[in-house]
This record gives sequence, structure tokens and C-alpha cells, in this order.
Amino acid sequence: MKVLMFGWEFPPHISGGLGTASYGLTKALLKCGVDLIFVVPKAYGDEKPGSIRLVNASEVAIDIQDEVFREYLDKMSYVEVDSQLVPYATEEEYFKIIEKTQQGVTAEKGSIHSRKYEFAGGYGKNLLEEVNRYAMVALTIARQYDFDLIHSHDWLTYMAGKEAKRITGKPLVVHMHATEFDRSGESVNQQVYDIERAGMEAADKVIAVSHMTRSVVINRYGIHPDKVVTVHNGVEPPETEKDLEVKRHLDEKIVTFLGRITFQKGPEYFIEAAHKVLQRDDNVRFVMAGSGDMLNKMIRRVAKLGISNKFHFTGFLKGDDVDKMFGMSDVYVMPSVSEPFGISPLEAMRSNVPVIISKQSGVAEVLKHAIKVDFWDIDAMADAIYGLLHYNALPETFKKHGKEEVDNIKWDQAGEKVKEIYQEFLT
Amino acid sequence: MKSICFYFQIHQPFRLRNYRFFDIGYKHDYFDEYANRFIMQQLAENSYLPANEILLSQIKKFGKKFKVSFSISGIALEQMERFTPEVIDSFKKLAATGNVEFLTETNNHSLASLKSKTEFFRQVKLHEAKIKSLFGVKPKTFRNTELIYNDDIGNLIFELGYSTVITEGPKHVLGWKSPNLLYCSATNPKVKLLMKNFQLSDDIAFRFSVRNWSEWPLTSEKFTGWLNALGPKTEVVNLFMDYETFGENQKKETGIFDFLKTFPQIVFDKSRFQFNTPSEVAAALQPASPLHIPYPISWADEERDITAWLGNEMQNEAFNKLYELEESVNSCEDEGILDHWQKLQVSDHFYYMSTKWFSDGTVRRNYNPYNSPYDAFINYMNVLADFEIRVKKACAGKVKEEASKAPARKRATKKVDEKPVKTTKKPVTRKKTGGTSKK
Repeated sequence: MKVLMFGWEFPPHISGGLGTASYGLTKALLKCGVDLIFVVPKAYGDEKPGSIRLVNASEVAIDIQDEVFREYLDKMSYVEVDSQLVPYATEEEYFKIIEKTQQGVTAEKGSIHSRKYEFAGGYGKNLLEEVNRYAMVALTIARQYDFDLIHSHDWLTYMAGKEAKRITGKPLVVHMHATEFDRSGESVNQQVYDIERAGMEAADKVIAVSHMTRSVVINRYGIHPDKVVTVHNGVEPPETEKDLEVKRHLDEKIVTFLGRITFQKGPEYFIEAAHKVLQRDDNVRFVMAGSGDMLNKMIRRVAKLGISNKFHFTGFLKGDDVDKMFGMSDVYVMPSVSEPFGISPLEAMRSNVPVIISKQSGVAEVLKHAIKVDFWDIDAMADAIYGLLHYNALPETFKKHGKEEVDNIKWDQAGEKVKEIYQEFLT
Repeated sequence: MKSICFYFQIHQPFRLRNYRFFDIGYKHDYFDEYANRFIMQQLAENSYLPANEILLSQIKKFGKKFKVSFSISGIALEQMERFTPEVIDSFKKLAATGNVEFLTETNNHSLASLKSKTEFFRQVKLHEAKIKSLFGVKPKTFRNTELIYNDDIGNLIFELGYSTVITEGPKHVLGWKSPNLLYCSATNPKVKLLMKNFQLSDDIAFRFSVRNWSEWPLTSEKFTGWLNALGPKTEVVNLFMDYETFGENQKKETGIFDFLKTFPQIVFDKSRFQFNTPSEVAAALQPASPLHIPYPISWADEERDITAWLGNEMQNEAFNKLYELEESVNSCEDEGILDHWQKLQVSDHFYYMSTKWFSDGTVRRNYNPYNSPYDAFINYMNVLADFEIRVKKACAGKVKEEASKAPARKRATKKVDEKPVKTTKKPVTRKKTGGTSKK
């Protein structure tokens, strides 16, 4: 069984959940004996695809005179949008994009009508243009390679999947890692929504990363329930069993928020809950690790509440610092307003940190040993934090069962399920 | 008599290093030694040393006619002593001429005057002692950090034995009044006020090298002409500026040093002005009128108020959290802790957190180590969190120490007390029993 898979990111060049998830899934599929051709818009050369065949879309030349493209270009009308789409960009990446555009590098890259097209990768200003170009490259690739099935990850690659299906007639599976409603709340970008919907309509099967996402797909995109299946994400075991012993220099207990500081992640609820806890308990520190468009507002809020001697910001954390942060934490909170899945609580649990997660996260569907609260319920959140800090039996229980639980949430299971879905089409 | 009062301010903070959350409770070195040393050395080379040389030669040339005044924050002096002792020597030479008045201020260039009387007094006295030990004179004139002043501060300063203060001459305080006269405080008329002529001062400090300024280039002749054109009632023109104006804010290439070289000669040749120090002016002139200044003024920005340091929630938070520690810091009686607490009071830390200047294009104090006010706040609060832990530990140690001492003392006193009690007890009980028996 051979699958042509369209992705947008591949480790180590990832900026969030999408790259990690596609990587975890591909590895599991390989284990199940599925052959993969994985296409990314831009390969950097230092990816670690293992036995996955990685295709760099930037290197695929296309013949624009070809009828297939004519047909596609006639239908397509893209509009350049301002950057607000950026679904997973970190602050660092955002500034890189801005810099690039200012230096005019992206502008020189050539139009989508040229033979070769250097994708910027990531999530820049020309995102829609790139999405369209990616679809054109997909047409070429689809004719070059031999495969049984097409699998597209997130809206960025749906056009590519759709075009590949059109030219080859092979079945298409699209994978919903996040919906436009997760990214933008109620103020959705109509173009993105349209692409998502068109992709799902063209698909033979839609995979949603949680029941929550599945119901959004059914209710808000009008996709037939029979076509939509939930496959929960897994979590990668650590590459090497790292020594998680971190030397702690603070006497107080530490409660951590780690993630992008954006509307979707609900950072303000964490701050309000922290404020409530600090009124009762002085022997605790709160940490907000990460960066994002709401960071400055959050800093001002903390200053205004007068708790900034107990509430710390670390900025964007990388690699070892993330492990260090988990190692120092006594409680991990993920108060996401909308989280299709959410891998970070699993990472915290792997480091023996008890977690509090919002009911509005997909991961809440698979986790038993976590405290679940509504993201807006800051009283419940404060209660849970206080409880975990003071009633020792509670964190002990969570630690004991949590690690075991998280070790059993494996990509292998997800891989098996996806393979079953593939097989439906091939028999 | 018409006086020019030339006053220069020198201050450089101990900048904080990039202090991360992971350092809290663990690393206690807060300052960026490299940057602080480098900046002080740069300034010495570009500004302080060449400018001092010019002033010294002018004093030699004109004798008693040419006088200037300085205030150098204690924190700047400390850095000069460590990084550029040649600058201290150069100031000592200037001090030895007797033509230079050294003013006093808070040792740490702090905002203590707005928050804590005891800390304010302590820092002024520290600075006084520092000036006395380095330059052999006791200061007679006071200037507060960034020329911050209001009626209350005037009263505090008087309590400390100062009756001359220099400050800004903002329009919202002076109104139609001229800054070119001596004033006194309305709440305490014994406090004399010298008000900065910001128009003329800023012509030199900020506009000297601005090419699209209609008066560019500024020459000594032109400037002296403006002095002569001031009204006939003019008594004193207060030219107050950062000393870094010479050679740093206005680079050598702009001709700023030539201006400093030629200015005194032109003034003596073409005008009736002479150069005096603030204390001379205050002694010689009668105050023209009392001034009410209920709200603090400063020499910063168009507003000339304190919002550059205490104007947003981050600044207020950091400032309040810092001074909440005052009592603990004092009670733990640890010199290292006191020193760091005072270094954290340096006004620049709060200045870096200001969000006012996204739209303001005027000259800023150079060498701001932060990309944004938010970075400044986070870094400062991380340091403060570690500092707070240290203070608490030191206090706890202190309490333990006292606790271990206290019972010993108690025992000792008990023993001392017990004997006389016993001896007196007997007669007392006897009397009592006697008393009851009488009943």
C-alpha cells in the first residue's frame, strides 16, 4: 500500500502541532507497513525522514503550458491576504517573515507561473499564493509517482490533495488537525473556510483529531457524519530517555502555562486563576512560558493585578529549556479556549507533572488522569491549582497513573486506525 | 549683574544583565559588568575627558570669571572609580580650581523622594559624604534625580539643610513668568529655586547638530546674541544639560567642543554676562516671587512630569514592589543587600519600562539595553524576585540569630532579676500576710 501524503511541515522545521503530528503519524504508518511519499513545500535538507520518501515541492519543475494547469488556473483566483492567517507561527518565525518581506527576498522569488518556485515554507504573507502553487506542484507529482491513495494534512494542503485526486482518480483522505474556528474564534477567514470545506467535500474520508473537532466538521462545515472519523493523536516517546532531574532553586511550588500566548490558548484565564490562588497562598509562583501576540497585554494585566513578583514570564523557550521548565513545575495548566487536540499536557505528564486542562480541548477526551475545567471557569481552575498544591494525595495519584496513561497514548494506535481507513478503499 | 549658570549632569546606571527566570533563587549577579564598563570607558574617552580638559583650560584662562557646576550621581562615581579612575582625577583637578561647584543628589539617582523620606535622606547623605571625600567640599546646592521637584520635596530638602535647589522651568508652572529670575518655594520661602531655561539649554543639548533646524549651525556668537536679546530684567540664565551633550549626544564632529571653547570668550567680549554657580546666584539675588509646585515636575519630555518613570502599570508595579521591601532590607542589616536594593532603585530601570515614546522623536538617553519596555519589565522583575528571596532569607537568618541570642539574654536577665525578687519577695509576702492578718 502506497500513500501520497501532502504536509506543510516536517521536523525539525516545525512551529507547532501540525509538524509534530504529521511526523508521529507517518512513523507509525511506516511501522504498519504503509509506504509513504511525503511532500513538503520546502525541504531544508536536514530533515530526518527515516524511510519516508521526502519530496521537496520547491524543486519540482512544472510546465505551465500543460493543459492541466490551464484548467486549474482558470478556476483559481487567489487574493493576497495580510498575514493574520498565520495558524501556528511562533513569534520568532513571524519576525523572520517580516524581515524577509522587508528585504524583498520573497518578492524576488518569482511568480507562481514560473517553472520552479521557491516556497517560503512556514506561514508568510503569500500563504494563499503558496497554497495554490503547492496544488499545481501536486498535479505534477501525482503524475510522476505511483501510489494508491492520497492523504492531506490541514487546509494548506487540501487544494493539493484535491487536484491530485482530480488527475489520478485515487481516493482522498483529508486530516483535520485544526479548524478555522480554532484558529480565529468566530471571526473566520472566509477563504480559508472555503478551502477547508471544499477539501472535505472532495475527500472520501475526513479524519478529525478529536470528537470535538469531528462535531465542528459536521455541524459547521456540513460534512456528512458517515464520512468523518475521529483518530486521536498520540505522543512521541522522548528520543533518548533524558535525565529529568532538574535542580530546583526555588522553594515555592511552581504552576506553569506553556504555549503560544494567543487568544486560542486562553492565557488570560490562567492569570486570573493565578491571582485568585495568590490571594490565599503566598508559597507559589506562576510561570507563563512562550510568546505570542497577547504577551504584552498579559504582562500589563499581571502588573495591574500587582502579582508580578510571583508571576513570571520567560519568553519563548526552546529545546532543553522546555524540559527544564517541566522539570521545575508542580502543576501544568492548559486553559485553551479551543484546542483541537493539544499535545503539551501529555508532555507535561510524561515529566511527572499533574495537569489541569480545559474541557474545550480534544485531549480531554482521551485523558482520565487530569483535572478538567471549563476554560472560563477561573474559580474551578484556581480550586484545582490550590488542591494540587496542598492536598498531597492528589498530585501523587495523578503522577502515579498519569505517566502510565500517557505512555499508552501512542501513535501506533493512531497509525493502525488510519491504516484501517485506507484499507476500506483498497478492498 | 547678569549670570549664566552652567550646570552639567552626569549619570550612568548599573545596567542589569539578561537575567532569566531560571536564574531566580540561584544566581545573584545582576549587573552587566561588560556593558557597564564598556559604556563608561566610551563616555570617558568621547565626552568626559575632552570636555573636562576644555573646562580646565578655560578656568585657567579666565580665572574667577568662568565657573561651572556639576552633579555626578554616586552610581556614576562608583563606576568611574572602578572603570575609569582617570576621570575622577580629572574632576579632582577641576575641583581644586575652586571654580566648580559640586551639587548633591540622591546617591543612586533614585526616585526615593517620591516614596520614602528615610531612604531619600539616607541617599542624599551618602552622596554628600561621597562628594566630600572625593572633592573635599560639602555641597551647598541640591538637585534631585532628573530635576524632579515639588513643594514637598522642597520641604524635605530644607530639612536636610539645603536652601538652594535647581529644577526645570516648565511652562505649566511658570506661565507668563520668566525662567531667568530667582524664585522661592511658596510653602517655604527660604528655599530658593533656579529654573532651567529649557529653550536655550535644549538649543545646545538637543538641537545643536540638527541640520533642518532653522538656526543651524549654532555658533557662540549667535547664542550670545540670543542671551543679549533676553529682556532687560534678566538676572540669571540657567543652562542645565547632560554632560554627555559634549562629545556623545552631540558628537565631536558637530563642532560642539569648539562651541565650548569659544563660548566664554565671546560672552565676555560681547555681552554683560558672567558665569556663576547656583549657590552664588542664590546668595546674590532676591527671589522675584514665590512658586507653588504641588505636582512633581522634571526635565523629561514635553510634559516635564514624572510619567517617564511612573506612567504605566508596569512601572508602578515594579516601583511599589521594590519599595515594599524597604523595611525588610533595613532590618536585615546586610550591606550587600542594601547596596543591591539601592542599585535597583536607579531611575533608569523604570525609564526603560516606559511606553510613552513610541511616537516621540527627541533625543533619548543612549545605551538602553532593551528592545521593548516589556522586556525591561520582565528582566527587572526576575531580578527583583531573586532579590526578594535573598532578603527574606537574610531576614530569617537575622531573626534566628536574635532568637538564639534572645533566650540567652532572657535567661541572664532572669537570673539578675530573680535574686532581688527573691530577696524582696520575702518582705513583701510577709507584709501581705501581715496585712491579711490585720484584716
